Amino acid sequence: MNSNWNLWLIPALPLAGCALNGLFGRRFPRQLVTMVALAASGAAFVWALVVAARLAATPAAEIPHLEVYGTWLRAGSLSVPFAFMVDQLTLIMLLVVTGVGFLIHIYSAGYMAHEGGYYRFFSYLNLFMFFMLTLVLANNYLLMFVGWEGVGLASYLLIGFYFVKDSAASAGKKAFLVNRIGDFAFLIALFLLIKNFGSLTFSEVFAQVNPLPVEHNAGLLTAIGCLLMVGACGKSAQIPLYVWLPDAMEGPTPVSALIHAATMVTAGVYMVTRSNPVFFRAPDALLMVAVIGTLTAIFAATIGIVQNDIKRVLAYSTVSQLGYMFMACGVAAFSAGIFHLMTHAFFKALLFLGAGSVIHALGGEQDMRRMGGLRKRIPYTFWVMTIATFAIAGFFPLAGFFSKDEILWKALTSEHGSRWFWAVGIITAFITSFYMFRLWFMTFFGEYRGGQAKASHARDHGHAAHDTHGHTQPATEAQAQHTTSGHSHIHESPWVMLAPLVVLAVLSIVGGWIGWPEAIGGNQRFDHFLSPVISVHAEEAAAAEIEHSKELIFAGISLLVAFAGLFFAWLFYHRKRDLPGRAAVWFGGLYEAVLNKYYVDELYNAIFVNPLVKGSRTLLWRGIDAGAIDGTINASAVGAQELSAGVGRMQSGNIRSYAGWIVLGAVAVVIYMIVEGAR
Amino acid sequence: MVPLSYYLVLSAILFACGVAGFLLKHNIITIFMSIELMLNAVNLSFVAFAAHWQALSGQVFVFFVMVVAAAEAAVGLGIIIAVFRTRETLNVDRVNLLKL
Repeated sequence: MNSNWNLWLIPALPLAGCALNGLFGRRFPRQLVTMVALAASGAAFVWALVVAARLAATPAAEIPHLEVYGTWLRAGSLSVPFAFMVDQLTLIMLLVVTGVGFLIHIYSAGYMAHEGGYYRFFSYLNLFMFFMLTLVLANNYLLMFVGWEGVGLASYLLIGFYFVKDSAASAGKKAFLVNRIGDFAFLIALFLLIKNFGSLTFSEVFAQVNPLPVEHNAGLLTAIGCLLMVGACGKSAQIPLYVWLPDAMEGPTPVSALIHAATMVTAGVYMVTRSNPVFFRAPDALLMVAVIGTLTAIFAATIGIVQNDIKRVLAYSTVSQLGYMFMACGVAAFSAGIFHLMTHAFFKALLFLGAGSVIHALGGEQDMRRMGGLRKRIPYTFWVMTIATFAIAGFFPLAGFFSKDEILWKALTSEHGSRWFWAVGIITAFITSFYMFRLWFMTFFGEYRGGQAKASHARDHGHAAHDTHGHTQPATEAQAQHTTSGHSHIHESPWVMLAPLVVLAVLSIVGGWIGWPEAIGGNQRFDHFLSPVISVHAEEAAAAEIEHSKELIFAGISLLVAFAGLFFAWLFYHRKRDLPGRAAVWFGGLYEAVLNKYYVDELYNAIFVNPLVKGSRTLLWRGIDAGAIDGTINASAVGAQELSAGVGRMQSGNIRSYAGWIVLGAVAVVIYMIVEGAR
Repeated sequence: MVPLSYYLVLSAILFACGVAGFLLKHNIITIFMSIELMLNAVNLSFVAFAAHWQALSGQVFVFFVMVVAAAEAAVGLGIIIAVFRTRETLNVDRVNLLKL
């Protein structure tokens, strides 16, 4: 019997915070709301650290550590326990979620200080923490699904936090609905698991899966794998279900950082990694994961080049980086995927929070065309953003370099990999570097462009092409109006916002060092740490015999590519400011297509949304509901009314009409008797 | 000997007259008299059948009817007087409510 670690405390603490703030927060002063929320998430982080320390002291044979709190439901032979478990994979997720989550809670206290609904925001944020921790701690798919749906709910609530703004409300709905599609596939996968393995507990399912042979022809495991992948596509914003994530930027920036960059969207990667025994035996499903991940990576990256909203650039970047993670999972390099998940959580959260700090400094401005020259005005934000930008672009020795390089290396050398994955991955790395430095140059270098509302200003020439396309979000436009006068109010954020940024910046630098590759004198500690969770085949281990010199060359290539991105961004957006406009004209239709996000939203609207809305309106609403159902009920009501009006007229109070009815009745009786008697 | 059918036809005619008067007249007293007419038309057929079948029970019934009719006349006239006192009319079309 294992000792009791009280794992339930980790999700229960944020839940308590959520309940306290949610129920009584309206009457609390702000300081108390902040204290409750920070204490809840901070305590969860501390307890996660305690669990980490205990796990480190536990012999390998007793991992995963399991805590059963009772049977949740029992139906026939199926029994689902209410149980939490901790192994290496869970521990990493636990630390990322509570750690980054706690930092973002601190940041939010500064960022949201002047916003209405303060208590509501922190209540939702804590609710999110609760569900996310349930998701990663669950020892079975069903409990995981509870967390899965719960984070979707929290995401919905937080995207629509500014619910009086129409675009925010509809973005929340979009996220919820698109996620539903993925959840549907996830549910079917669970049904298949129940039907074929009679259990949803990870250990029991995998014990039955492990003896099965590898399915070279598509079969049951391939089906389960593909369905799980579709579920992950919804949550982790992969093609074809990625469309909700860019719109999710309507939420407050800390939410984008926590939910839509660092934690929730990585739930899909976690789930695929957790299900790795299934995927190992279904090469076709694995291939699907890799292809979807690779396509998403480059697809989203290209859109990221032309976005002008600072948060949207980061949103597409997130989609693209998630694509990398799936690419890693798809080539069976699960530990590389989780490694990138972790480093990405650091630097992308930092990027979002830094962007939030910029937006905060400019009083709500999100359009990069109205930024510029902020390097001197908000130096701390500039420096942490610089670190994050270099980290995501993959510069040695920052965190992004190690994880991205490991993914690219595995994409090339893994037995499930191919040079195509690597080639697309390296191109994506270039694009990533390019658009991130584009953001960096446009925001922090050059001259401040926010003071002049007119696009005709000389320095805006290079961006005239962007303007003529008129592609701006109405919301940011409105905020822009508000800030054009606020030129002199640019201010560095308070320390409560800067402190988490600094911590994340440090993590973005050192976070990758635990996965220092063997090729450059490291020991791949991260990979080894995760290896008990991932059931590697024997031949896989043999293939891991790495030619170090080759790996070094490829690492050099990816570094070179990152520098190329930096150079071109410098050339386009700093040195020769008229180049982007010329390039836009040069590419013409292609530029137009990318600017409009390849018309995917329009396509989905035309194929799915509009027919559904029209069908619902004409057939279901006007036809079946108003016509058939309401019609029947209304008709019977009208019929009864008319009948009783007719019958009621008999009861007029007129004595002679009563008499007439009596006579008629008597006559009828007589006629009846005569007819009967004649027979 | 007058055949039975003659009596019955006469009785039917009288009854029909009663019904018609009952339905068409507006004056309560006339209506009341029409009721008497119908009762007596029935009495006529009772006695006609009694004579035809040589059975006394028909004639006994007639006495019953006459007693009931007398009682009814007493009660009915009382009601008519009450109605007239309260509404100052004997037109049944004006008396279409049980309460005032």
